[in-house]
Formats: sequence, C-alpha cells, structure tokens
Amino acid sequence: MFSYTFQWKQAFARLPVMLEGAVVTIEIALLSMLIGIALAVLLTGFRLSGNRVLSGIAATWVEIARNTPALFQIYMAHFGLGSFGLHLSPYTSLLLGITFNNAGYLAENFRGALKAIPDTQTRAARSLGMTPVRAFGHVVLPQMLRIAFLPMTNQMVWAILMTSLGITVGMNTDLYGVTQDLNALTFRTFELFALAAVIFYLITKTVQIGARLVAARLFRY
Amino acid sequence: MIEIENVRKSFGSLEVLKGIDLTVNKGEVLTIIGGSGSGKSTLLTCINGLEPINSGRIVVDGTEVHAKSTDLNKLRRKLGIVFQQWNAFPHLTVLENVMLAPRKVLGLSKAEAEAIAVKQLTHVGLADKLGVYPSRLSGGQQQRMAIARALAMSPDYMLFDEVTSALDPQLVGEVLDTLRMLASEGMTMICVTHEMKFAREVSDRVAFFSKGVMAEIGVPQQIFEAPRNPETAAFVKLTQA
Ligand SMILES: Nc1ncnc2c1ncn2[C@@H]1O[C@H](COP(=O)(O)OP(=O)(O)OP(=O)(O)O)[C@@H](O)[C@H]1O
Ligand SMILES: [Mg+2]
Repeated sequence: MFSYTFQWKQAFARLPVMLEGAVVTIEIALLSMLIGIALAVLLTGFRLSGNRVLSGIAATWVEIARNTPALFQIYMAHFGLGSFGLHLSPYTSLLLGITFNNAGYLAENFRGALKAIPDTQTRAARSLGMTPVRAFGHVVLPQMLRIAFLPMTNQMVWAILMTSLGITVGMNTDLYGVTQDLNALTFRTFELFALAAVIFYLITKTVQIGARLVAARLFRY
Repeated sequence: MIEIENVRKSFGSLEVLKGIDLTVNKGEVLTIIGGSGSGKSTLLTCINGLEPINSGRIVVDGTEVHAKSTDLNKLRRKLGIVFQQWNAFPHLTVLENVMLAPRKVLGLSKAEAEAIAVKQLTHVGLADKLGVYPSRLSGGQQQRMAIARALAMSPDYMLFDEVTSALDPQLVGEVLDTLRMLASEGMTMICVTHEMKFAREVSDRVAFFSKGVMAEIGVPQQIFEAPRNPETAAFVKLTQA
C-alpha cells in the first residue's frame, strides 16, 4: 500500500506549465465574474421590473443556477448546446457555464442587498432634487455594493475552483486540465495534484486578502 | 406661498386625504397636529411631489406640483424636507452628506459645495463632526445633519415630519432648538409634530387633522385654549393630560 515513493522534483519541474495553467484559470474566473456581474445587474433589474415575462426569465435563471450542480451547468453549455448544433470550444463552454452560475448567485445577492436598503434612502435623495438615476448611483448603489461585496468575493473564489470542472468538457489549458494531462504523462499523481491544490489555495487566499484590503479602503463607515 | 386646494389622495381604496384646503404664506410657521393615520405625513409628501394626488391641486409659488409639465427635481430644491428617521446617507461623512446635493443637483464645484456645507453644519452646531460617519452620531445629531443637508439647497420652504419622534427624550430639545432658530430667522415652515409645547410656542397657526380632514386651523392660543371642534378639544386635552 505504501509502495508509492514521492518524487517532488519531477512535479516541480512541471511548475512553469502549471503556472501557465493558473493564468488561464484566473483569466476565466475574472471574465466570468465581470460578465456575471453585468448579467446579475440585468437580472436584478428584470426581477424588479414588474414585467412577468422578464421576472420569470430571471427567476428561472436564478433557480437553475443555484439549485443544480455547477458541473451540470458547464456540461449543458458544452454538450447540451452541442446537441442543438451550437458547438462551443471547451474554453467557451467552461466560461459560459461558470458565468451562468455566477450571474444566478450574484443576482440573488444583489436583490437581497437592495432589499436591505430602506426605501427612505431613495426618498431622502429624491427629496433633495436628485433624479432617480442619481439617487440610485450616489445613494443606493454604493450601499448595495458594500452589502454584496463579501458574497461577490466568495463567488470569485467559487469561480476559480469551478474551473476545475472544465476537464469534463475537455478543457486542458487551465490549472486543473494541465495537471490532469501531466498526470497522464508522468503518473506523479499525488505530487502533481498536491502542487495544484497549493496553487489553487494561494490564488483564492490572495483573492480573499486582496478583497479585504479593498473593502477596508472602500467601506470606512 | 403654498396653496393646497381641495386635495384628495387615496392609497388603493383607502382615502387618506379627503379634500384639504390650506394656504401657507411666506415666512409663516404652520404646525400640523393630529392622531396617527390622519394623513399628516401624506400631505407633506404630496407637497413635494413624492406622492401623486387623486384630485385637487397643490401650487408652490405659482408652480402646480402635480402638473405633467412640472420639473419636480427643480421644484424640490425649493422644498426642503426632513423625515422622522433614516435620513442620513450612511456611506457618506457628515460633510459629504451635506455636499452631495449641492454638487450633483446644483452642479456646484467641490469648494463651493464644501463652503456651503460647512456653513450649514456650523449653523446647526455640528462644525466639529464634519469628517465623521453618521453611524457615530446621536439621533439628534443625525436629525440636525439632515436639517443642514436640506438647508444647503437654500430652500424657500422647509417641511418637517415628526423629526423628533424617533429620538430619546433627552435629544428632542436640541433638535427643537434648531427648528426654533430657523423659525426666528423667518424660514417658512410646515412642521408635523407631537410636541404640543413647541407647536404652541413657535407656530403662527396650528392645523388639526383628523381622519383625512383638516378639522380646524387657527392661532395656537385659540386651538389650544378655545378649540371650536370637539375632536380638536378631545385631542388637545389628551395630549396635555
Ligand atoms: N405608501 C402607503 N401605502 C398605503 N397606505 C399608506 C401609505 N402611506 C400611508 N398610508 C396610510 O395612509 C394613512 C395616513 O397615513 P399618514 O402616514 O399620512 O398618517 P400620519 O397622520 O402621518 O400618521 P402618524 O402620526 O402615525 O405619522 C394611514 O392609514 C396609513 O396606513
Ligand atoms: Mg406621519
């Protein structure tokens, strides 16, 4: 059972390739967050619009994103759309799947954050002669961002970790995909995946610490 | 001058204002008293157009508030309003709270807006709190900040909706003193209040509201000492007990 001998040198020799994979992972996570935030804002608008079709679309999106495995969402982006003739590359499918998931979770967070801000804030702003857009931009949005900031950080961490699901759709340029390929090549399974785990950990920790520093600067009240 | 003519207002099937007629002249201090749910707050929010009305009209210095052509954002610069609570913008410092509208609505430069804000905050006794966030202020200080914020727009009228009723008793005095100061400076004010002593002292006229109707209006002495309407009499007696 313990016949496995560690050969860390072999794993470390692959570090540059793995770091390249890490860059792709970070890139996908970042993109999926940026697009996800934009979509979440849109979905939040849909849900508050009072229009039944729009709020129905948004509610369905949020329900699926939050109540099905992320793996399923990525799978559907690749093979699901593929069966309708829309063939996306592994990279695009992974990005799409994670973005779908991000948007659903974030839309729910934004809605909760908005609810936590009393109507009287908008009233007070409007009573000073601010237009609805100004009142939202200067009074509601900054408070909403503060409330949604921690959930957004968490979602970013999730997005990074979710990239590992890309292997199910044939993704092999991200950190997990690269590691998997190297494993097939060298069979240094434990060393390689341990190293990948450490890199994942360092990335997510950096995100969390960075977010905390940003929050401390932005939200001083 | 604020002219309110036969204003009716309903929320759904509930008629909250049942034909209010009232004129407030420049320089006048009018206080509105009356039981809970009588429509006092609703009237104030109708005056600055935060709420639509069902019929009648409200005219501020010749501008009909609810006319389609009226630029409400512009009109509201004339009408400062302070609510019962949750007035402060928590994410902005005291100074920023007061500077925001002069900058974004009036388009003043940062320096101009700051000068006005400092002046108004000094006026209400908060000169030493400029860089503080509202969460660090007492309720009374928050209300005075809200007053300064409204004053920074140089309004012609100030509307106050029970600005002391969410405060601890020991903080009521400082806010009422600020209102007294404004009254003595000639500001035109409509104050909804439960502070009968204050109403009696500062008002030119007192209006008593009951169930959506202005049951009686008169000089304080008459309202408090010789009310004509039995409901006013009952209310006054109750609040003085
Ligand atoms: N936005 C609203 N939607 C529905 N009903 C409302 C709304 N605002 C007020 N009302 C109702 O209108 C009536 C009058 O309310 P209003 O707040 O004007 O009374 P008020 O005289 O200010 O009372 P209080 O002394 O308790 O503040 C109440 O019955 C209240 O429930
Ligand atoms: Mg009220």
